[in-house]
Amino acid sequence: MGRLINRRSGRSGQLLLGALPFILLAAAYLMASDARLAVNPNDKLLPSLESFADAINRLAFEPDPRKGTYILWDDTLASLLRLGLGLSVATGIGLVAGVAIGLLPLARSAFAPVVAVLSVVPPLAVLPILFIVFGLGELAKVTLIVIGVTPFMVRDLSMSVAGLPREQLVKAQTLGASTWQIVTRVVLPQTLPRLVSALRLSLGPAWLFLISSEAIAATEGLGYRIFLVRRYLAMDVILPYVAWITLLAFVLDWLLRRLSRKAFAWQAGEVSL
Amino acid sequence: MSLLSLRNVSLRYGDFVVLERVNLEVKAQEFCAIVGASGCGKSTFLRLLLSEERPSGGEIRLDGAPLAAEPQADRGVVFQRYSVFPHLTVMENVILPMELAGSCLSGRACGRFFGARRRAAMAEAEHLLERVGLTHVRNAYPKTLSGGMQQRLAIAQALIPKPKVLLLDEPFGALDPGTRQRMHEIILTLWEEEKMTIFMVTHDLQEGFKLGTRLLVFDKLRWDPQAPEAYGATITYDLPTDRRGQLPNELARKAELSKKEPTQTPYRNEGPFNVVQ
Repeated sequence: MGRLINRRSGRSGQLLLGALPFILLAAAYLMASDARLAVNPNDKLLPSLESFADAINRLAFEPDPRKGTYILWDDTLASLLRLGLGLSVATGIGLVAGVAIGLLPLARSAFAPVVAVLSVVPPLAVLPILFIVFGLGELAKVTLIVIGVTPFMVRDLSMSVAGLPREQLVKAQTLGASTWQIVTRVVLPQTLPRLVSALRLSLGPAWLFLISSEAIAATEGLGYRIFLVRRYLAMDVILPYVAWITLLAFVLDWLLRRLSRKAFAWQAGEVSL
Repeated sequence: MSLLSLRNVSLRYGDFVVLERVNLEVKAQEFCAIVGASGCGKSTFLRLLLSEERPSGGEIRLDGAPLAAEPQADRGVVFQRYSVFPHLTVMENVILPMELAGSCLSGRACGRFFGARRRAAMAEAEHLLERVGLTHVRNAYPKTLSGGMQQRLAIAQALIPKPKVLLLDEPFGALDPGTRQRMHEIILTLWEEEKMTIFMVTHDLQEGFKLGTRLLVFDKLRWDPQAPEAYGATITYDLPTDRRGQLPNELARKAELSKKEPTQTPYRNEGPFNVVQ
């Protein structure tokens, strides 16, 4: 085997190669942390594994002395609720508007330009307006996620609907389908896989908007906690929280990918992202 | 009385004339094969019959009444590709037209059958699938079928609404020769059994002779080398194919050529089809 482009690893080799960067990162962290703690045992920047364990234990498994609840779970619940609500609304609007714009020439003429303009408004620039209009409560945070994610969803879905072969729509008409029947029997079933993948792509931005809004005004939430303890340089809390958020994001993505594979068997082999 | 009649039909986009002065009378149960060089407007002609395009001039009448302004169940179609719905199984594809026509309230709203009606529809579909030889794959998705099977499914699906006219746009163009032979037998059988009127666009002259009861050749009568878009194509030959011996010389020569070299496209897009090479 001469050329590098023809060299592959076996199955176990693949696992090993995949794990290698993680191992290297962890090792680098531990070495750096050890070095800093050896110089100054009170160093807060790169805490040891024990301080992580302490912090996780305190936040996740011991009730907060003042509130009597478990901080990590409270934060997680609050954040996931906001995220879920925001993404649900965005997905709903995205589906309805996307199908309408992609399928109906009249809706396309009426709404495509406004969606194109709205989609380039930077959502974070709108955040102060949201806080002014909706107050500092849940509504402003959820709305930010909706505003940030919806234009992308609408454009993605309308493009996917508009990309359906013309032949299919003509054929459906020659089989006697009305517009509504074309939507329910031809367009929607073929758009749902794209909806799931659009949702997966939107998870990243949605987390970004969630954490930003929580950082600015909230009383609980994962983003709120990180920015709260930042004042005390509490890396022993921040890093586990970041890892937790990463894990949540990864699991959500994985669940959606599984759903897409299970639910849309007809396009087997097409979505392998 | 003729089933379909075209009077002086023309189609142009701006200055670009695609079809001009097309006149045609077609009786019920005729099988019209439409041939011509690529880009001569034969597919456009089919789109006119489908109401996907409106004629710029002239009139098309189906069964004495002007053609409906949009595609409808009175004209079925099979395209070269994308004719079946990829998200439905073979069986679901065939019962879809019945579901769409279902007149009960829920049927019209969601276009779906349940319970006894669904079973009845499936029994009817089963019968049709048998005739096109697809019963063994009734639960497969189109993606897993061969090209020939997909086209058979598309034809079966198009037959369900019992269209007055069946339009085929190069339906066998993407199939290999063996499969094509079988498809020819199937379509001829269905045509005789269902007493259908068929228009089939093909770029294969032989196929046109073999299947059609009538051969329509589209070409430009006038040709301006300096402005090729100035004149449109029309029907230059309208031949009953049972009188194949009396073909105009140049067409007979082309037919001979295409018989000798069946793998080669009988003619290329090098100019008007009428020009003798």
